Amino acid sequence: MTDAPLTSLDRPNSYIGRAVARPNAKRLLAGRGRYVGDMRLPRMLHAAFLRSPYAHARIASINVDVARAAPGVRLVATGADLAAICKPWTGVLDHFKGMKSPPQLPLPLERVVWSGQAVVAVVADTRAQAEDAAELIEISFEELDPVATLDQARAPDAPRVEPSFADNVCFHLKLDSAGVDEALASAAHVVEEEFVFGRHTAATLEPRALIADYDPAEGKLTVHHATQTPYQFQDIYSRHFDIPEANVRVVAPDIGGSFGMKLHVYHEDVAVVGLSILLGRPVKFVADRIESFLSDIHARDHRVRARMAVDGEGRIVAIDVKDETAIGPFSTYPRTSAVEGNQVIRLIGAPYACQTYRAELDVLFQNKVQTSQYRAVGHPIACAVTERLVDLAAAQAGFDPVAFRERNLIPDDAYPCTSPTGYRFEKLSHQACLDKLREMIDYDALRAEQRALREKGVYRGIGVAAFVEITNPSPAFYGVGGARISAQDGAVVTITPRGDVRCAISVTEQGQGTETIIGQIVADELGVPFETVRVMTGDTETTPHGGATWACRGAGIGGETALQGARKLKARVLELAAAILQARPGDLDLRAGMIVDAATGAERLPLAEIARIAYFRSDTLPPGTDAQLTVAHHYAPSGYPFAFTNGVHACHVEVDVETGFTKILKHWVVEDCGRIINPLLVDEQVRGGVAQGLGAAFFEECLYSENGQLLNGSLVDYLTPMSCELPDVVIAHMETPTRDTALGAKGCGEAGTAAASGAALNAVNDALAPLGGRIAQIPMTPARILKSLGRI
Amino acid sequence: MKARAFKYERVSTIAQALAAHAAADGDAAFIAGGQSLIPSLALRLQAPGVLIDIAHIDALRGVSVEGDALRIGALTRHAEMLENPLIARHAPLLALAAPFVAHPAIRNRGTIGGSVALADPAAEFPTVLLALRARFEIVGAGGARMVEADDFFRDLFETALEPGELLAAVHVPCARDTDRCAFDELAVRRGDYGLVGCAARVGLDSAGRVTDAGIAFLSVGPKPTRATSVERTLIGGALDEAAIRSAQAALDSDIDPPEDDRTPATMRRRLARVLLGRTLQRLGGAA
Amino acid sequence: MSDMIPVVLNVNGANVARLVEPRTTLADFLREDLQLTGTHLGCEMGACGACLVLIEDRPVHACLTLAVQAAGGRVETIEGITERGALADLQDAFHQRNALQCGYCTPGMLVSAYAILQRGGVPSREEIRDALSGNYCRCTGYEAIVDAIETTAKARDGACTRETQPA
Repeated sequence: MTDAPLTSLDRPNSYIGRAVARPNAKRLLAGRGRYVGDMRLPRMLHAAFLRSPYAHARIASINVDVARAAPGVRLVATGADLAAICKPWTGVLDHFKGMKSPPQLPLPLERVVWSGQAVVAVVADTRAQAEDAAELIEISFEELDPVATLDQARAPDAPRVEPSFADNVCFHLKLDSAGVDEALASAAHVVEEEFVFGRHTAATLEPRALIADYDPAEGKLTVHHATQTPYQFQDIYSRHFDIPEANVRVVAPDIGGSFGMKLHVYHEDVAVVGLSILLGRPVKFVADRIESFLSDIHARDHRVRARMAVDGEGRIVAIDVKDETAIGPFSTYPRTSAVEGNQVIRLIGAPYACQTYRAELDVLFQNKVQTSQYRAVGHPIACAVTERLVDLAAAQAGFDPVAFRERNLIPDDAYPCTSPTGYRFEKLSHQACLDKLREMIDYDALRAEQRALREKGVYRGIGVAAFVEITNPSPAFYGVGGARISAQDGAVVTITPRGDVRCAISVTEQGQGTETIIGQIVADELGVPFETVRVMTGDTETTPHGGATWACRGAGIGGETALQGARKLKARVLELAAAILQARPGDLDLRAGMIVDAATGAERLPLAEIARIAYFRSDTLPPGTDAQLTVAHHYAPSGYPFAFTNGVHACHVEVDVETGFTKILKHWVVEDCGRIINPLLVDEQVRGGVAQGLGAAFFEECLYSENGQLLNGSLVDYLTPMSCELPDVVIAHMETPTRDTALGAKGCGEAGTAAASGAALNAVNDALAPLGGRIAQIPMTPARILKSLGRI
Repeated sequence: MKARAFKYERVSTIAQALAAHAAADGDAAFIAGGQSLIPSLALRLQAPGVLIDIAHIDALRGVSVEGDALRIGALTRHAEMLENPLIARHAPLLALAAPFVAHPAIRNRGTIGGSVALADPAAEFPTVLLALRARFEIVGAGGARMVEADDFFRDLFETALEPGELLAAVHVPCARDTDRCAFDELAVRRGDYGLVGCAARVGLDSAGRVTDAGIAFLSVGPKPTRATSVERTLIGGALDEAAIRSAQAALDSDIDPPEDDRTPATMRRRLARVLLGRTLQRLGGAA
Repeated sequence: MSDMIPVVLNVNGANVARLVEPRTTLADFLREDLQLTGTHLGCEMGACGACLVLIEDRPVHACLTLAVQAAGGRVETIEGITERGALADLQDAFHQRNALQCGYCTPGMLVSAYAILQRGGVPSREEIRDALSGNYCRCTGYEAIVDAIETTAKARDGACTRETQPA
């Protein structure tokens, strides 16, 4: 623990706000992590899949005879084999009116709809044998015309991705505050841009992995699953394989990165569960890297045309948006593939006071792997569109970009307020964040340096981007649409016989430090040393049902759950202590594991002694005393439907205008995630988020051929930023706790990703501006930068 | 992503290696560092029946001066290019290029023989060896032969090596005191294959005039590419701005860059021109 | 399984002998045959660095080495490095600095860092970044990792300087 100076929060046993190192990280540092791929069960078999080489084709015939006879092979299963035991799923939400998507099965029956789709499963003694046998399967395909681009999907004569549908439209949405046309017509300035956001993917270092272990004797399914959301999968496996929920256990051990990617339903994963049921033996599937690129969800892939109108005083008076996104051949289950577009059009303009807004969204099917939620869902697009328009508008209206933002951001004293798209903001701190950023980056000096270097032919750019991030979703997010995705979390907090504390909680750990912050909250609220608190996560059999970790809800909802549970338990401990000490509960307190007089702090009895009596000598307690030292508590947000965080980024780049190569010099973030529980962890969440945002801005893009073939599906060809490509990131905080909860935390996992690419886009445009270059497509590759300069 | 099954044979002499290859009837591959071969096996792009491990053949090791050339055994690891004093002295261009070759762990295992035999047009060492007018020592059933760099790299992943032949060593003319050399490349990420790369060596007379030049590029054609027009343009003149501009103008006819998904051929031409200019400027500045 | 080959090598200081299929990579051999699962697989083609181990004390991709090639050699994994305490200071610096999140890249990062620290002195941040250029981390953005290595290098250098100074 650090020797950070005491704050108002630092009561004698306060852990909130402290940079506590993660106890569970030590194991990972020693090579003692336990990821799904590391696990080996008795009689375990290995699955491999034969995949479609075509983006769209009819399956004429499948011959698996030779494969079945290959060495080590235990099962070869086709779509029909699995369809017999697994109910199909459909990725729609009721509150997305008019949304449609075809039903999905683990493996296809008649048609393949993307290149890389798993078609036949092979289970063998080793993975190598399974791959050997997969090569022996003969499939006869009849190729069909694929839909490989947004424009193809839209074309009136386009092939249908789903033949039973009249068109390739998955979902359409229009938002209109009214008055946009009038505002555009009378504005002093109107700026317009068409943006293209490349497809990218999570590329977690640990690929997707699971071991399904069906025990036919007990009718029990155990799945060791690299997932963020074990309860969701417990529910899905139970319903789709018709196994009683209590007989389904999903365990998420150490997870090697997730970022939203590991909470979706994947065909191979469901197939593996089915294969284990068919065989009555454990079956392991670890996607190799090629399979990851072919079958993990992708994200983004949007084209946005947007306009912004500004009046004579430099105030934004209207925003008009058209967003088109091409997803996969169906909408992902159970969260759908329409949420990203929905968030794009609801978040554009969100940091700004302008209330005149119109947006239209088209979500279209195409023959590529499904897209869905990946870190910061929709935010990077909404932010980049907004912030680029703001820079264009500032330039046209003759304002410095920072000064223009100062005029247009929602004032810090204007809350609560509602965005034109219906988001209710409790309290944000845009102006304070921008002030802090300006000071932190020494804006005026940076501009002076930029001018001086331009004289020497060195082109640097400064880009600023403000953001609003939606977190802590209530049931209004998914539940209202019929999805069985929990907005609540559950915790069971127990004092053990020796006076230690166990907290089993439904939020999960993927390295962000969930277990650490929950331990801090419990220790803090209960009044015990942090070291005595053991936090358990990720096992549906030992932790209560809950939403788990996504949408930055770990701290905000999970943390509040733990806090309330610990508070209840503390009240119970004090009642018990009062009975033992013949005192009043209100006169006692629990501090650092000791019952003390609340007023004087005088030590009365160790918590361990209370626990000893409760567990072993309840006979000595007055009759009727409740000696239970376990509390089960569930909590769901019930105030504002969502919490919102905010912040502002700045990016500083140098563009080599001869080659189009960009060096990212530095990146700054000022963010407000509400109550900070652990600044060390918050900063690293932000840094990691920025890395993914900058990856999107400069490097990452899933490239496809016109036939719908993924062209760069490996870590050699899909360019994630490595150590030399990323800058150091300077981070500062504002702290505006939500009053909806006692804890006040809002979440910080997506703040870095939300605005990094927008800031980078503005920075590169700022660098190119004196040469007339203008770019509105990410990633901003050297080729695109040279093109924007007219140099190739 | 597991390789197809194969047999494995570890040999300790060149004769054993050649015999093992012959015995496999063509269905064999030599492996030394394996840094390119093993991924290709894992992806099942290649599936030889036998893998012949030549990493323990002493005759393929060692770096030594032989006459006016430096003999670098085929098994010399990339990392050694950065560490060996003989290479630093006699073939400094190899040491300059080595940091651009992939990443440290790959360099600890990859060998120069493997890099040359694969002849990836984007790889650094083949291009450097072309610029240095290296000669390649090949052994086969018919004995040993030497092949000039210009004749060695034939086409995309195609070299003068016949099936069953082994690259024993590369021979690099020792650098003279009057030589200057530079290597640079433009890669999107550190350690990636370059979009273009330029290996340059010039000999200068006492007046700073170029007496001879070896300029080669990577990633601008199906094979490592020597910029012969550029070389001709440079010879006889000083490395001044005018000469550099002429060299840049001459480059276009020397290269035939491919189109790819990210990088149009016109862009590679541009990058090659820019990189040539910068490299020559560096050589000139050092003069 | 046909054509198994006997392989003897030294892993983490102990000789091990096993029959392996020639196609088995060193990474699979360590993980499956020896249950040394601290060596991770991220790409199986040398692009991510999660599988780095030491062979003859130098970082090497265990996915780009066949177990049969390693026969007769000396291999050390994160488990061995940890047990002999060779990186205890660096592991502590990683912990304090939170230079890891999911931990999947961490063993490979530590192996790369082992080689940087072995060179002695205090490398610049650019040199540290360059030495890590083949290690993919999706979680941290690398800065904390660079910090932890820099801190450790400085501490070792300081300790080394003190030792060589007359009392």
